[in-house]
Amino acid sequence: MLSPVTDPDGAPFWQYAGQGELRLQACADCGELRFPPRPCCPHCQSFASEWRPVKGHGRIWSYVVPHPPLLPYYAAQAPYNVVLVELIDAPRIRLVGNLVARAGAPLDSVPLDRVRIGARVQAVFSPEGLPQWVLERP
Amino acid sequence: MVGIKDATAIVGIGQTPFAKQLREDERTLACRAVLAALDDAGIAPGEVDALASYTMEDTDEVELAKAVGLGDLTFFSKVGYGGGGSCATVAHLAAAIASGQATVGVAWRSRKRGSGPRPWTNTDVQLPTPAQWTRPFGLLRPVDEIAMLARRHMHEYGTTRDHLFNVALACRNRANQNPSAIMYDRPLTREMYMTSRWISEPLCLYDNCLETDGALACVVVSSERARDCAQRPVYVHSAAQGLPAQHHGMVNYWNDDPLTGPAWTAARHLWKHADLTPQDIDVAQIYDAFTPLVPLSLEGYGFCGRGEGGAYTEQGALEIGGRLPINTGGGGLSEAYVHGFNLINEGVKQLRGTGTAQVPGAATCLVTAGEGVPTSALLLRT
Repeated sequence: MLSPVTDPDGAPFWQYAGQGELRLQACADCGELRFPPRPCCPHCQSFASEWRPVKGHGRIWSYVVPHPPLLPYYAAQAPYNVVLVELIDAPRIRLVGNLVARAGAPLDSVPLDRVRIGARVQAVFSPEGLPQWVLERP
Repeated sequence: MVGIKDATAIVGIGQTPFAKQLREDERTLACRAVLAALDDAGIAPGEVDALASYTMEDTDEVELAKAVGLGDLTFFSKVGYGGGGSCATVAHLAAAIASGQATVGVAWRSRKRGSGPRPWTNTDVQLPTPAQWTRPFGLLRPVDEIAMLARRHMHEYGTTRDHLFNVALACRNRANQNPSAIMYDRPLTREMYMTSRWISEPLCLYDNCLETDGALACVVVSSERARDCAQRPVYVHSAAQGLPAQHHGMVNYWNDDPLTGPAWTAARHLWKHADLTPQDIDVAQIYDAFTPLVPLSLEGYGFCGRGEGGAYTEQGALEIGGRLPINTGGGGLSEAYVHGFNLINEGVKQLRGTGTAQVPGAATCLVTAGEGVPTSALLLRT
């Protein structure tokens, strides 16, 4: 598996995810959420930021089904889904992830005909600390 | 203010053969393409004082200039974002020459993408995308990133696989007329397209560009100088780069409208500084690393409305005789994938009247760079 190669801006996201928490960077002055994380606020230019918990409810905005050639870890699970989840709390923020049967399940654990644009999903976390998504109504 | 409108012209083009694998190295291929372009223009290498290429180009200015015997260089520039930089290389030369920073410019690209590794297989180097947010989840390749936008476009606007096939077919049909094209002797049918293997659903094998070894170059001079050159000048009428506010590169997922990409930004500047409108364009060379980039670009550059890019391809619109013939040499899908530089040279051929699939009387050509990354575009005219 490719582990996230993080940077100073992104590291807190992964630290919180490792604790089973979905948090997003927000401006500590004007309050705007932003993603991906970055050094300052594009709305008010403040360098003060905080990490705000979000509920982790979303809808599938789009998805793809990769087939080989792929890197070996992913080829072994192909075809699998990669979903783009639009957060109910923050509609401009769409997180890339995988729709799985339960936390920690493989990338191909949901039948492909269950993956639909508009489906409501909920964030869960893998043992490696990656956010994953399960259907609210499986 | 003095602009660049019609101030410069492309007066020479050159290319190497295209193949899955060429024997010579990238530096040698770069030298061959540059010398061929200068020979085409009738300009001696010692007169060149400006260069432009891509940040991903591995042959640097020092190596190229000393090998082919260029003169003293006073302007050299490299543009980022892979295939988004193609047209910007010519735009930078046009701006430099129009503003007096140089007199004879050469733009080039040499790449052994056919022989070399696929860039996404390198797990040590971060691609120019926010990789930590995408790659761990198996969104590994450029095709996966663009397929995400393609699926949404299909969902929102009713774009179909047949629309994407129309793009692939137009490019293949033109390649079948171009003896230099990789796919010259390989026709494409709807049956082949619809039954081919998936790469990243909803995109199949034929939605993906070729993997090619090859090099190309062109020569830019002032319009005054162009009148004395060997070839009919092809004027740089308008040029633009485009990096929209809150754009995120190929994973443009985190703003109000991910389907409105850099083409829209480049197009606004391009048309604002032109005497032409989309209705005046005789032929277009539209960057086609993946078929969905064409409907997106048709929308972005104003040939149709938002969401109409798929339907625009119907009834042979992109073929010779259609309302907008595209990629008349075969494009990246079927001639060669050299980061879009073959689209620039094909635009020049069309306006010289020497295309292998010539649009009769073509006097205007839009050339675009990669949509979905910070991009660039040129309006060329006779």
